[in-house]
Amino acid sequence: MRYNFKFDIVRHRRKFFAVSIAITLIGIVMLAIFNLNYGVDFRAGTNFDITVGQATDQAKAADIFKNAGYDPSTLTVGGTNNDRVTARFDKVLGQADETKVQAAFKAVYGDKVSMEVNTVDTEIARDLAVKAIYAVLASTIGIVIYVSIRFEWRFAIAAIISLLHDAFIVVSLFSIFRLEVDLPFIAAILTIIGYSINDTIVIFDRVRENLRFAKLKTFDDLAELVNRSIWQTMTRSINTVITVLIAALCLFIFGSPAIRLFSLAMIFGLVSGTYSSVFIASPIWLLLKNRTLGSKAAKPAVEK
Amino acid sequence: MNGKRFTAFLLVVVITFGIIGATTPWLLKNVRLGLDLRGGFEILYVAEPLEAGQAVTPDVLKRTAESVAQRANASGVAEPDVTTEGKNRIRVRLAGVANQEELRKILQEPAQLTFRSGPPDFKTIEMRGSDFVEHGATVGFEQGTNRPMVQIKVKDPAKFQAITKRLTNQPLAIYLNDELLSAPNVSGEISGGTAVITGNYTLAEANKIRDTINLGALPLKLTEKYTQSVGASLGQQSLKETGIASAIASVLILLFMLIWYRVPGIVASIALISFTWLLLAVSVLMHATLTLPGIAAFVLSVGIAVDSNIIMAERIKDEMRSGKSILSSLKSGSKHSFRTIIDAHVTTALAGIVLYIIGTGSIKGFALTLLLSIVLNILTNVFFSRWLLHMIVRSNLAQKPGYYGVKESEIHAL
Repeated sequence: MRYNFKFDIVRHRRKFFAVSIAITLIGIVMLAIFNLNYGVDFRAGTNFDITVGQATDQAKAADIFKNAGYDPSTLTVGGTNNDRVTARFDKVLGQADETKVQAAFKAVYGDKVSMEVNTVDTEIARDLAVKAIYAVLASTIGIVIYVSIRFEWRFAIAAIISLLHDAFIVVSLFSIFRLEVDLPFIAAILTIIGYSINDTIVIFDRVRENLRFAKLKTFDDLAELVNRSIWQTMTRSINTVITVLIAALCLFIFGSPAIRLFSLAMIFGLVSGTYSSVFIASPIWLLLKNRTLGSKAAKPAVEK
Repeated sequence: MNGKRFTAFLLVVVITFGIIGATTPWLLKNVRLGLDLRGGFEILYVAEPLEAGQAVTPDVLKRTAESVAQRANASGVAEPDVTTEGKNRIRVRLAGVANQEELRKILQEPAQLTFRSGPPDFKTIEMRGSDFVEHGATVGFEQGTNRPMVQIKVKDPAKFQAITKRLTNQPLAIYLNDELLSAPNVSGEISGGTAVITGNYTLAEANKIRDTINLGALPLKLTEKYTQSVGASLGQQSLKETGIASAIASVLILLFMLIWYRVPGIVASIALISFTWLLLAVSVLMHATLTLPGIAAFVLSVGIAVDSNIIMAERIKDEMRSGKSILSSLKSGSKHSFRTIIDAHVTTALAGIVLYIIGTGSIKGFALTLLLSIVLNILTNVFFSRWLLHMIVRSNLAQKPGYYGVKESEIHAL
């Protein structure tokens, strides 16, 4: 399909910049106020899973904890006969506390009480997250060097901005909608970054190709070239994101609940990745490149 | 129509699908499933030296991991997966464990090597793990008989000398925790601080005893930092659901390619199926473990693979619209698109390489899958699909631009 109606993307760039900046600002505010909704991997604490050997209820279990001097942040009663008490503490409890809790339950329910205690140390998950951030920063340097050699540094800057934009948009959306962040989320962000850079480079490659025969005098010449390059690759941009979205949506709808949030992060990232490649990265390159035109008379065409 | 070329194309397709069809059941059976897909539990330990001031060296950590794997094996767990991570971590993945609590206790306990006396029950402990020199046990051969034997160094020769003097001609039993390994007879007073265990050992048995003693003397204390357990039925359900989701996604993607791109779509579908099969085969041969995020990455890499086909097909369409013949459109289209694909792939691969070098654990695994799929993608979705398309075009079977998704009205005169 050829797109006969060609919307002038670069002329409306300020609207797209505004949308991205708005989402980013909302994201920063949300992150500052509410932070992320960290999943179990990122929250230190101790989980008790206590089988008491007879039916019980939440009030009774809460009383036992209270009398022993503990206040669990969540407390549920379940199991086939309502004989299983699950309690979660947001701080890490030691061996002494475990013994005390066990004694308190044994005092009420007798010797049938058996416990399973799980302690999560956030050090591992945080370590991985920090490593992931370092790895992403280091790979952006690698990308900058490669793209600067194969293309030019302006493409590299524009690609990196759009890549970080996509990663941040997904983090922001997870903060805004209070979606849980756990270890697979980090994998999703990494995938999105890989996709975003891939998507942007294909458009830039077309810009580079068109540049070879272009005689550029004014900003409008440059803007026309960028617009043309974007539209020449538009079918590919759309079709590729459609196929990857098919995959991510299928995993989201039909997949197991364990990867539902992972798939959702992917869906956010794919949409943002395609959007930023077309509407953010290319106009940024245009603005950077425009400075080299020399003719100061060529003022950027401002949208009306 | 050139029948020879078309026959060649059909032959390649039939052979490719034949290989895929014949090997896929075997591959699927041999995929190593992660705990999240088959149930089991995972523990991440942080290792610390038992005595303050000692360092955790990579070597000691590796031996501790081997010891943990041995203990899991000994308690009847099939295929325990024990790996070291970073400077001081050990990750244990176990499937199908009946009594988690008990196993966790066994794994975490430092192996207690003891020399005991007093047959038949050997109740008296003469020496403990801390009495032996770390990694001091070696395998040697008896002079004359040339039978394998195990030599052990003790930290305090005088103490050992006193014990062996007292127990001459009596058995001195070697226990690991509560398991009797062997009960060699003490042949005489030993003064040099080196104990020798002889017996009718094969070399393998002697090696095993040496390893046990060396492992037992390890001064590492393991602390659980993270545990996760998934019920077996829950894991199977996840596998089933994710499998169904992947199948639906694959069918939809192939349909999309066939409807939108016609002939290049057929070729892309063949290349995509080959790509998926190759990725699966290499993963199985590399003993990679398939986890839930792994399946997601798998489906996603199919997305990247589709992109390569789309870039090439779109480029060929562009060339055809400019008025070129189908063959020369194919030639210049694949040439131009190749550069695009390579630049996009190298940039993505660069990110993958850095992630692999810097990352640990699941980041590393993710980066490896990414790099692998990039290499295989170029093989299948660039070279293989280009070759297939060449054969179809050269057979003169599909001559109409419509077969390539190009309308006659769009074609400009040259």
